[in-house]
Amino acid sequence: MNKIFRAEILKNHALTDDVYCLSVIVPFNINPKPGQFFIIKTNERLDPLLGRPFSIFDLEDKTLKFLYRIKGKGTSVLSKLKEGQIIQITGPFGNWYPFPKDDYIIIAGGIGIASVFYLMKKFPKKAYLFYGARHRREIFYYKELKDLAKEVFISTECGTFDYKGIVTEIFRQKGLHLNLPIYSCGPMAMIKELKKLLKNKNTPCYVATEERMACGIGACLGCVIETKEGFKRVCTEGPVFEIGDLIL
Amino acid sequence: MKPLLEVKIGNLTLKNPVLTASGTFGYGLEYSQFFDISKLGGIVVKGLSLKPKEGNPPPRIYETPCGMINSIGLQNIGFDAFVKEKLPFLKKFDTKIIANFFGENLEEYEEVAQKLDATDGIHALEMNVSCPNKTSEWRKMGLQPELLREAVRKVRSKVKKTLIVKLSPQVTDIAYMAKICEEEGADAISLINTIPAMVIDVKTRRSLIGTLTGGLSGPAIRPIAVRMVWEVSRAVKIPVIGIGGIVNGRDAIEFFIAGAKAVAVGTANFINPLSAIEIIEEIEKFLIEEKIENINDLIGSLIE
Repeated sequence: MNKIFRAEILKNHALTDDVYCLSVIVPFNINPKPGQFFIIKTNERLDPLLGRPFSIFDLEDKTLKFLYRIKGKGTSVLSKLKEGQIIQITGPFGNWYPFPKDDYIIIAGGIGIASVFYLMKKFPKKAYLFYGARHRREIFYYKELKDLAKEVFISTECGTFDYKGIVTEIFRQKGLHLNLPIYSCGPMAMIKELKKLLKNKNTPCYVATEERMACGIGACLGCVIETKEGFKRVCTEGPVFEIGDLIL
Repeated sequence: MKPLLEVKIGNLTLKNPVLTASGTFGYGLEYSQFFDISKLGGIVVKGLSLKPKEGNPPPRIYETPCGMINSIGLQNIGFDAFVKEKLPFLKKFDTKIIANFFGENLEEYEEVAQKLDATDGIHALEMNVSCPNKTSEWRKMGLQPELLREAVRKVRSKVKKTLIVKLSPQVTDIAYMAKICEEEGADAISLINTIPAMVIDVKTRRSLIGTLTGGLSGPAIRPIAVRMVWEVSRAVKIPVIGIGGIVNGRDAIEFFIAGAKAVAVGTANFINPLSAIEIIEEIEKFLIEEKIENINDLIGSLIE
């Protein structure tokens, strides 16, 4: 399969001050799985030097979408790219969320929603979605999520939408009793809290992780995280890990 | 007419002068999903030790202007697993396999070198005397002339295959270190390894690398590498392999003119997985344009 391609930007628009949605046209059919990622090289110059990894947010026919937050130089340059420009993309890489067989739970924090949206799209009307953000203006694609999920629980830290508080707390109140597999992506603090909550549960919990990457294909060994079985590469053994295997 | 690209490094004949640098090309198979790795002059595999190594705690990499700092810590699967699990795959390709190796102490260096020397399918050995991310005395042999001399002498006495010594840039006079290797029987010198470096998060006041410091690679270090290759290649008669921030054919040509007989592509593999073969094509194109029939006519052709 061809894993290196040049893609034309269809749209690259701001949803908030620092969160953007990038849509590109892929030159051929691809079949990425939810949880996998692509590496986007933002320009042909040497600074930024490396491509940046982004999980697949959505795919419709040949329109591939990424949802990202500006964090540093790479994403900043990416946010300035305009419709019609061509970028180099490699991927899809990495493992993926094991496919849910029936109902499932999603716990997403902040920009972590980018990693689970496509899972819901592939397995619609089956997810109890717990989605937390700092503020209501950072709840993205609410309408679409509402259509894709079975039930949606939104929490904001400031209480401007549905529940007030952190997403793991809402999950504890409304979802912990459901014995369903969990799919999760979000900030480290959220994952740590989730691991504590699930200590005595034996339902599986899959977490999409993140680490700085260079090659994205398992060669440089730069993106390792610590697991029960030693260091594992986020790009190849991950990005999805079982929460119990992670040493947080 | 197609220009001749073949070069000789010791007893090793490379079909073209482009290798992939150790640590940047895994064990080869990672990149075989993108292109036919038989097109490469050779593959220098990830540094091997007798026993598997866990490597350094994360975070291990950080990008800096036109470069990156890494502190992988020589993580590798060890000699036995390499021979059993990786080498059979590599043997299928028509390219030269160069095994980079290191030890915790001199005895381990000798032992792993001897084992690699006796292993079918490995064409040459590259001795890593210069990893910036390890602290033991012998890991720093590349910084101390007398340790280097003893180490190269002992390893040389144990191996018959082409022996390349990979030097650290972290010395006052790199030509002197190269001469020591030549005197002790090394067949070739490769340089440079990464340059020790650091990057700090000013808000948290912490290093962005788990081990605090790491090795800087990429185009940021290329002019330093070119200068050192030039210094070394005029000081020794054995071939020099140029390494350091090569991302295109032009960069590689610069190293040839400075005196390198071959080059190794490192960080560029991370930027674009096709870098190494694109570089081979670009070198060929340059030779045609400049009407140079044989790459060897370009090597060391700097006009001073």
